[in-house]
Amino acid sequence: MNVSTNVPPGGSAEPLAQRLAELRGPAPQRSLNARSLAALAANPGCHRRAVLDAAGVDKSALAARLGRPAPFGQSPFAIARGVIFESRLKADDYAALLEPLRHHLGVPADGHAPLEVPDLLQRSGPAVRADRTAQALARAAADPDAWTLLDHPLLRLDVAGGTSYLEPDALVVHGGRCTVVEIKSFPVLDGSADPAKVGAAARQAAVYVLALQRAAAAAAGVPLSDDPYTEQRLPGSPRTSVLLVCPKDFGNRPTAVAVDVRRELATTRRQLSRMTGIGRLLEALPPDAGFDLACDEAGAPARTAEQLTASVEAVPAAYSPDCLSTCELGFHCRARARRDDRVEQLGRGVRGELGSIRTVAEALAAAGTKAEDLAGTDDGTDDDTDGGAEDAAERLAYAAALRAEALAAGAPA
Amino acid sequence: MSLLTTLARLEAVRSGRAEPLATVRHRHLSDRPMVLVPLTAAGESGAPLAVLLGTDREAPRLHLVPQPLNRTLRSDFLAGLAADLLPYLESFAEDVEQIEGSEKDPETGEKTQVFRELCADAPQLIVPNGAGVRHLALIGRSTRFRRTAEDADPGPYPAPVRVPLLGRWLTHFTDRAQVPGSSLLLPMTSLLARHWATGQSHLEDQHLAARLAWHRPPPGLTGAEAAELAESARDDAGQLLHPPAGPATDPRFDEAVLAPAITRYDSAAGALRHAAEQGDEAAAERARAAVRAAVGQLEEALTAVLLPTWRDVWYGLDLLRALPPAGHLEERWTGDRWSFTGHRDRLAAGEPPQPRQDDAVTAARKLAQREREQARLDVQEALDDPLAMAEHRLAGEAFSGVVTEVVPDWDTTGRSPKPRPLVTLRTTDRPHADLGREAHRVWGSSRPEGGAGPSAQKAEIVAVDPVGGTVTLRVLSGMGRRKEPEPGSLPEPGEAVTFTLFELTVRQSAPLPEPDDTPWTHGGPPGAAPVPAPSTSEEWE
Repeated sequence: MNVSTNVPPGGSAEPLAQRLAELRGPAPQRSLNARSLAALAANPGCHRRAVLDAAGVDKSALAARLGRPAPFGQSPFAIARGVIFESRLKADDYAALLEPLRHHLGVPADGHAPLEVPDLLQRSGPAVRADRTAQALARAAADPDAWTLLDHPLLRLDVAGGTSYLEPDALVVHGGRCTVVEIKSFPVLDGSADPAKVGAAARQAAVYVLALQRAAAAAAGVPLSDDPYTEQRLPGSPRTSVLLVCPKDFGNRPTAVAVDVRRELATTRRQLSRMTGIGRLLEALPPDAGFDLACDEAGAPARTAEQLTASVEAVPAAYSPDCLSTCELGFHCRARARRDDRVEQLGRGVRGELGSIRTVAEALAAAGTKAEDLAGTDDGTDDDTDGGAEDAAERLAYAAALRAEALAAGAPA
Repeated sequence: MSLLTTLARLEAVRSGRAEPLATVRHRHLSDRPMVLVPLTAAGESGAPLAVLLGTDREAPRLHLVPQPLNRTLRSDFLAGLAADLLPYLESFAEDVEQIEGSEKDPETGEKTQVFRELCADAPQLIVPNGAGVRHLALIGRSTRFRRTAEDADPGPYPAPVRVPLLGRWLTHFTDRAQVPGSSLLLPMTSLLARHWATGQSHLEDQHLAARLAWHRPPPGLTGAEAAELAESARDDAGQLLHPPAGPATDPRFDEAVLAPAITRYDSAAGALRHAAEQGDEAAAERARAAVRAAVGQLEEALTAVLLPTWRDVWYGLDLLRALPPAGHLEERWTGDRWSFTGHRDRLAAGEPPQPRQDDAVTAARKLAQREREQARLDVQEALDDPLAMAEHRLAGEAFSGVVTEVVPDWDTTGRSPKPRPLVTLRTTDRPHADLGREAHRVWGSSRPEGGAGPSAQKAEIVAVDPVGGTVTLRVLSGMGRRKEPEPGSLPEPGEAVTFTLFELTVRQSAPLPEPDDTPWTHGGPPGAAPVPAPSTSEEWE
């Protein structure tokens, strides 16, 4: 579960934060949680998403206002299943959760060093909870022999001028280091799980690991290592392998698998470092751009759909069909890509295949060129400036000739 | 994806309709396929919710689990599914033909003639998409180890008798579906993707209704517009007009329709239990009626979301049947028939269910088989379909052209001179034709049916002129045993010919050891490892 809230830095008049708040309007800032941070990494080149996420705009509501609502939703059955699995793990003083942890981390059986589960003030506000988590983590890390489990801790992560609060399912602290525990309700069947789901979980856990690394580096007063693949062995710093706890086979018995998230960590760090460059993206925005979704008392929207569309268009997007399953604006961006006749609508691979040809019309025009005409342009002087397009166009013309010949040959006589 | 496919997709964007990727049908279609549209309960891996199946498009049969978490109801569902599906599978097991073969006596080395049974036809299952195949595999995995009341130790929750058998068949079918070119179990989205390109990405093509929208856009709409409607158009109640092909259901259907219907069923079933405990016959009668009504409502709701996909799958079959069958279909379908017959025989011999994980030798065999079949499929599709051959020509692995000159020549190094004529052809193709490279002649439609046709012909590239567009080959074989080439074995000037730079028959890979001879590097013979006892507790809880 990821309940997190974004709180703008208290009272600071940072121009960046202020500009982002202006863009968003009076609506509450949408939280950047681990899932949305991880999803950003899926399409790092998209400025549109970067700006909207940094401003905390409710992209679902925005997509609906643009006329193409996001098709996402979670079945109540899936939610219930997740809740039941997690509550079973935590029943009887975490008995079921301890079994796989014992297996993997060597948590001792009851009696030797009892597991401590400090109260993390779940009902308090996020700032209090985060402070409490930091204290509990520091105390637990100070005693290398103790075994401590932090249940739903709250971590801080500064992203693009705002503070995000992230909530991992659990942290296990021992030997001065901590391990992120992520509980998922998809099964591990005969020792393997759905790679797409494991990948998503790993990306999400990598965000937690990053938050913990930064906190540990800050507490120790040392800078975060430049290389995401090196593990800084600081007090309270996280291991770069996280524990994924899932149901085993078709039952409800848990099993734990260690997942190395260093690669995901590197991607997330690179992505977040780009987000801090958000200021440059904002400079390119026209002054009247804004994503205010609010309505006044009479129900009249602060901005019309046309104004919103124009503002969204002012930030360039990097659409690819993968966006449809990860981004709320996917359907909107797809409609734009289609309207603009862009080749990205067919997939990222197509874009690479066609070189500098950007539109379907250009590609088909190239395919329609006769081979002889192409041979003539080879003598042209602009060869080195437009060589990529020339090459792709030539291959397209060749492919078109082959396709026409084959279709004619294959047509029933 | 090759540039040719990309080009077809670009054309589809422009035309607003699906464009052909094949001139013939590359997969076998049964005259009597069983279409299966499964649904799963969200959040429960592989837990079945419902299935709509049948061999008659006008008469689908629905099986459903009114409460997906109830193991008794799930057992009833699986028993019903087994009773429905197994007779279809078994109806193909009786009619056999005898295939003659020879077997080597392991002791004397003498070859003896043997006859093996081969089922005259095999069943074929069609599901809407790849996720449907994975869902059937999960059902197979969860049921094939179940113990039944007939077992010596049935355990606390014995499964209905035929359920493990259903699991073993489903496992066999889903396993076979991994073999390239096989047709025992086919997902409709892949079938369509092999034969037509749409103007959208592969990702969007996974949505069967959206994909089919490109084949039949309503008047006035492009394929893209029709596909978007199929993906997202909702009625006044917020339900999708065209539900997804599953097995996962739309979350908003779960929330607004399914969850309330299941709750109604639960309360009716609870009232029935209560009445039975109290011995209140009148209340029990009322409760039974309420349970029937609740099941009726569930049937209605699930049929409503399944029927559009059911019709889509049959429509897809119509589209595919309109294509002429490819030349090598019979040969590949015979492989499927052997696969079906083999599993039938294993069941009859009382072999245990397929293991959870294959041992090293079996896994290596399966991998080798899939690689071999992939290579065979690539070659056969290229031979059957000029569009598939065009892929190889574009890749520089084949070339077609018109013969300009045939110069007789002989190899006189041996005792008798052998014909080694030079054939020059003009081509616009740009093959990776290094000098000395072997080329294989493709016999086009001129090749007579049956084995009486000309034999395989090999040639060697001796000269390439990319500017003039000519390739000269020295023909090395396939010209008979005499000094002069057999009439008709060489192309004439003016004739169109195609050569490939890859072999046209697939080589057998080196034999693998028997499982009992598995080397220690691969874990040793499987018998050494303890076989995990099939558990009865391993169930959805």
